[in-house]
Formats: sequence, structure tokens, C-alpha cells
Amino acid sequence: MSKMKITIGGINKEAGSSKEYKTGSWRTMKPEVDIEKCIQCLKCLDYCPDGAVTKTEDAIEFDLDYCKGCGICERECPVDAIVMIEEEK
Amino acid sequence: MSEDEDKELFASGHRMCAGCGEGTAMRAILNEAGPNTIATVATGCLEVTTTAFPQTAWEIPLIHAAFENAASVASGIEVALKQMDKKGETNIVSFAGDGGTFDIGFQALSGMFERKHNITHICLDNEAYMNTGIQRCSSTPYGASTTTSPSGEVSIGEDRPKKPLARISGAHDIPYVATATIAYVDDLRKKVRKALDADGPALVHVFAPCPTGWRHGSDDSVELARLAVETGIFVLWEAEDGEICDINITKKPKDRKPVEEYLKKQRRFAHLTDEHIEKIQEEVDEKCEEYGF
Amino acid sequence: MGEQKGMTIQGNMATALGAKLCDPDVVPAYPITPSTLFPEKISEYIADGELDAEMIRVESEHSAMSACIGASASGARTCTASASQGIALMHEMLFIAAGMRLPIVMAVGNRALSAPINIWADHQDSVSSRDSGWMQFYAEKNQEGLDLMILAFRIAEDERVLLPAMVGIDGFVLTHTVEGVQVPAKEDVDDFLPPYDPPHGKLDPENPMTFGSLGTPDFYQELKYDQTEALENAPEVIDEIFDEFEEEFGREYNRITPYKCDDADIILLTMGSMSGTARAAVDEMREEGEKVGLAKMTVFRPFPGDLLKEIAGDADGLAVVDRNISPGFGGAMFAESAGTFINESKSPLMKNFIVGLGGREIFKENFKEMYEKTKEAVEAGEVEKPVEWINMNEDVMR
Repeated sequence: MSKMKITIGGINKEAGSSKEYKTGSWRTMKPEVDIEKCIQCLKCLDYCPDGAVTKTEDAIEFDLDYCKGCGICERECPVDAIVMIEEEK
Repeated sequence: MSEDEDKELFASGHRMCAGCGEGTAMRAILNEAGPNTIATVATGCLEVTTTAFPQTAWEIPLIHAAFENAASVASGIEVALKQMDKKGETNIVSFAGDGGTFDIGFQALSGMFERKHNITHICLDNEAYMNTGIQRCSSTPYGASTTTSPSGEVSIGEDRPKKPLARISGAHDIPYVATATIAYVDDLRKKVRKALDADGPALVHVFAPCPTGWRHGSDDSVELARLAVETGIFVLWEAEDGEICDINITKKPKDRKPVEEYLKKQRRFAHLTDEHIEKIQEEVDEKCEEYGF
Repeated sequence: MGEQKGMTIQGNMATALGAKLCDPDVVPAYPITPSTLFPEKISEYIADGELDAEMIRVESEHSAMSACIGASASGARTCTASASQGIALMHEMLFIAAGMRLPIVMAVGNRALSAPINIWADHQDSVSSRDSGWMQFYAEKNQEGLDLMILAFRIAEDERVLLPAMVGIDGFVLTHTVEGVQVPAKEDVDDFLPPYDPPHGKLDPENPMTFGSLGTPDFYQELKYDQTEALENAPEVIDEIFDEFEEEFGREYNRITPYKCDDADIILLTMGSMSGTARAAVDEMREEGEKVGLAKMTVFRPFPGDLLKEIAGDADGLAVVDRNISPGFGGAMFAESAGTFINESKSPLMKNFIVGLGGREIFKENFKEMYEKTKEAVEAGEVEKPVEWINMNEDVMR
């Protein structure tokens, strides 16, 4: 059970507190990017339902704390720079 | 190309299914709307997956009241802000699924439109009551199998056509109505921006595939949204003051793909025979002719 | 203190005036008999520039309460009016408003619930919402309707309470009947009722919060407990504010008002406009030497069990007069009165009388009948028939 206390009216004053929950634990496959191939079109960043892709200086990187392994990024990458691989145990 | 946002307003850590079309839609919509936004949300997948106390994925003020009243709660907020001289540039957006827009939320929506509130209603349409377990809605397309319109020995599943929600909204003569989908994120953002900027009520009907309910791969969501447009099953258009002013040229496919390509990727349509698919193709052809392509 | 203005007005006008004096910001409302004049008057006040508010002409009562919730959560002072089927239609939203701790005030033109459809005085509509978490006040006369609206805002918005409140005035008997009232001066109401600034949170982009979260089994019970506690602690606040009101405006209010109860053997427990008739009957019976008293309940939620025990604990008999019925048991006030006394060492014998449903008249003679029946039970030392219906028209029974 959570240690968080209730509030009057159940009003949640911690905007964005969902970040406490690391949904990365859900996945069975994880994405890997070949940064040489990446053209920074940022489609993966736009399409990711979980906001688990961020832009780096030259490419992108994945936030594995939240990535659920849906595979949309691999599917939509126009230059096949992303590959979903088995999550290690 | 996405903008360099300072902050993601739809925080990670929400409990949407992997590959949820609504997740993609929400990020685009909220980031476009910006932090000076107050949202209402109807009961449904979006609400349940993003607000489990004490965690909330919303970085903007949000109120969830009930299932059928996202638009009427928003109406109260809009008037309150005006009365307290606090409205300024604050966007007011009501979010609901297809259930909370097409069916149970329809009355409140129509009332909000009729009163000309400065509110944008976003309908996240995954074509059934997904949150409660994939039951049919008036948004469910002909031939889809849902848990309350299952395909069977003597049934095709859903045997009624999809309710033309966006057209009905347009018939209220509101300043702006548009259809959009997650495959075309820039288009979605532009339409959300137009809706927010419109002086009065607006609706954006966002088609959002659902891997769990439509029974397709979690990686198929964006592809299916694209196919829906490329086959003409979901037409992207905009209307101002009730008149269709634009059917997006890039989404007015010259060579429409056959509907079969879209249907066969989803197990909710797996039971359809060639005859059924032909019928669906005919209806889509007719509809697209009406739209002029 | 400014002068109170004497006026002769209908009950709906009294509640509308009471609301107007409190300067609501947003009034989402839908018309329904017999409360319709309330939104009509409010829209007149706004149209003539007498009230700086906006009335949202919503498309149903469910949307009325929904819009109230949105407005109140945004920090606006909000009120509405409804009755009967409208209250029933917005039923789910009442629970939601209370669960979110939004101090919305609603004037209720107490009316029977269908079926059969009936537009006349009856308490079923608000009594059936007694589980919603709202405070409930019932007026005996139009003056009370007016005053209770002001009191409702003040009590609801008190940071120790933060719960919505209903003010009930009987359909037609009060809503449409003209009575003399004293209307407090605006400046005095302004002094009595400070501006509303929600201490627990509001919808504001400067400080984003989520209202109406999913409350999983890990939290729901505690949230409900917290909300219930606020309602159960409200009597202290109510009494305090009633006292302040009396000091300011010269009219006394109690959660239950006893009348000739000190030495009464039998007490009549009433709510709403019937209390006036009951008082007249008590006076007549007293003339005849009967030791009878009247306890008028003004605050039904939170249920004033503490005062009921004080007032009626020593009586031999309590006639609980319900203008509502929970089919399969009896009247609501009866159930709750019985529950109040069940563990007490001294408690009166209780009889429940169902009266006045759907606008059926309640005469002095009826109160005398109820008194006699209770007296019989007391003398017999037992209650053969706990629930009896009064003033029935036997001619039309099948």
C-alpha cells in the first residue's frame, strides 16, 4: 500500500506524479537505436504513447524507465534505425 | 517534425496499454495546447489510466466528474473563469472517448455546442466502450465484433453503421470541426490549434486504434490509423461554421487502398467473409465519392 | 446593521433573493416545477444588471449539477435550484459534488417523485438523496428559505466543512405561497459571508491539480471516511454560525427547535412547512391539558441525533412525522430517529406517521390524530403498528 496520504476531496496536488510508476517493468522487448542511421526525423518521439523517446544532440534515446516495448518506434522508423530486441532477465 | 517542448504535459508512467493510440494522441494534443489549459475528462480509458490516486499523468489542471458530462463540467469552468475575470488565454478542453461523446455524452456535448461555449471537445475514438471491456458503441463500425455485438453463427457482429459524429457536430454550426488521427501528428496538432483558437465551441474527432480492443499488435497502432485514412475508412476533413472547407490534400488518397488491407490486420474483423468485405468496400466507395475522392 | 426590508413574496422568490444577496458567480440551472421561479428570478436579476453572475441555461438537471461542479472547482461561488425528477436525474452528481468537497448550494422545491407523476409538496426528492453527503436544511416558512440560503453558503464554504448544501422549501405550499419576509441588507450579508476562496484546491493553470481521481481500494475508504467526518463535525460549525446569524439578523435557528417540549409526554417530530400547522395543533392540545410538544427539525443532514436525544430522551412517546416513504420500511426520519435511540437507556416509544405525500393536505386534526395514536401506544406500553399513513382517502382505495 502507498504511503501517500489522502487529501481533502481526494484532490491530487502532485501534477505529473505518474512518473513515480516505472512502466518499463511491463515490457518483454526493448528498443535499440543505431544512432548512425538515425536522421532525427523524430517520428519515434512523436508516436511513442509513453513519451519514452527523447532527442539527443545527434539522434534519439529511449527512456527505459517507461518504455513498455510496444514496438511502434521500430515499425514507424523510416530508415530502420530502431530494432526491438529481447529484454534481458 | 515535433516542436522542442520544454515540458511533456502528458507525463510518462500512465497505465495505458502498450501501443495505445490515445497515448500518442494525448501527447500531441496536450503539448500543442500548452500549460495554460484546463481539462475535463469523462470516465473511460484515458481517465482511469492517468488518474489513479495518488498518481496523475496530467501536468495541467484536470477534473474528472462522470461519464456523460465532460462537456457540461467544462461549461461550468468556462463561465466561472469568465465571471471571475480569470479566463484570459486559458484553453478549456473537454476530453471524452467515443462512449462519452457519441452516446452517453451526446446530450451534454450538444448543449455545450448550442450555448456556444469557448470549449474544445476532443473525442478519442477507439470505436467501442474499451475501458469496460470492448462493448459496442454507436461509433463501432459495421462488421466489428465487440463483446456486446459479437460475431457468431448468425451474426456479423456490429450490424449498424458508425454514427457520423463529426458531421452532426458540424451541423450545430460551431466555428470548427475536424477529424484527425495519430498517424498524422502534425495534422492533428494543427487541427487542435485551430480548434483552440476558434471563437466558440470546437470538436476534434481523433481516431485512435486500440490494440487490446481491436486485437492487433501493439506496434500496429500508427500503421492502422494510416491505413484507415489511406483506404477511405476514416476521412480527414475540417469544417468551419458547418461547411466543410478542407479535406486535407495529403490525406485525400488518389489511389485508395482496398479496405481489406485495413480490416485483415484486426481480429475484430477476422470473421468477415469476402461478401462482407465487398459490402464494406462499396459503402466506403460511396462515402468517398460524396467527399469528392 | 442596515435595515432589513419587509417584503411579501413567494418562497421561490425568497430563495432566489437569498441567493442573490450572496453574490453567486455562476448559476447553472434547468427549470422544473415547482422550483422554476428561482432560475427565472436569477436570470431577471442578471438581465437587469442587479446580479453580476452568469446563468448557464443547461440542457438538463444532470448538466446543471455537472456545470456547478466545474464552476465550483474553478473557485467560483455556485448555486442552482431543482426539484423532484431533476434531483433524481442529477443523483450521481450529488455524490460526486460532495466527494470532491465542493460547497455548492441548491434550493430544492420539495416535490414528490414519479410514478405517478405529481408536482406537489413532498420530501421524497431530497430525502432520497440523504446518502449523497450533502447537508440538508428544511424551511418552515419563506423567511427560513431566504435565511437558510445565506446560512447554507456560509456553512458550506467554512473551511472546516467544505460540503455542498440543499435548502428545501415545500412545493407550492412555500414555493408559490406569498408570505411576509424580512430581507437583510446587502452590506450586512457581505459582512456575514466572506468571499469564497477554496482552501483545498482549485482548477488553476498556475498550480495544476487533478480532481476526481480514480480512488482504488487502497484509498477509497479513507477518502470516504474523511468526507463523512467533515459532515459529522459540521454540527459544531452549524451551531456556531446559527448563533452568529441570530446576533446579526435577529432570527434564531437550531438544528432542531423544541417547542413546549420540556414537560411534554409526547413530542411530534416534524420537518418543513407542516411544522407551522403542528405548532397550532400543539397549542390547541395544550389548551385541553395535553402534555404535548413539537420538535421541528431544520437540519436533516447531518442528522441531529445529539439534539434529538436531549429534546425527546425523556418523553414517553415520539410521533415521527415523515413526508416521505421508504417502501418496505417506513419514513426516513423514523428510521434515523429509531437508530439514534436504539442504544440509549432512556428512549421514547416511537410511532411513524406517513403524511402529506404528493401534496396531500396535513391538517391540525391530523396532528391531533397522530398525537392520540401515539398516546394510545404509550398507554398500552407497546407499539402495535409502527408505521401508519394519515389522512388517507378511503373512498378511492381499491
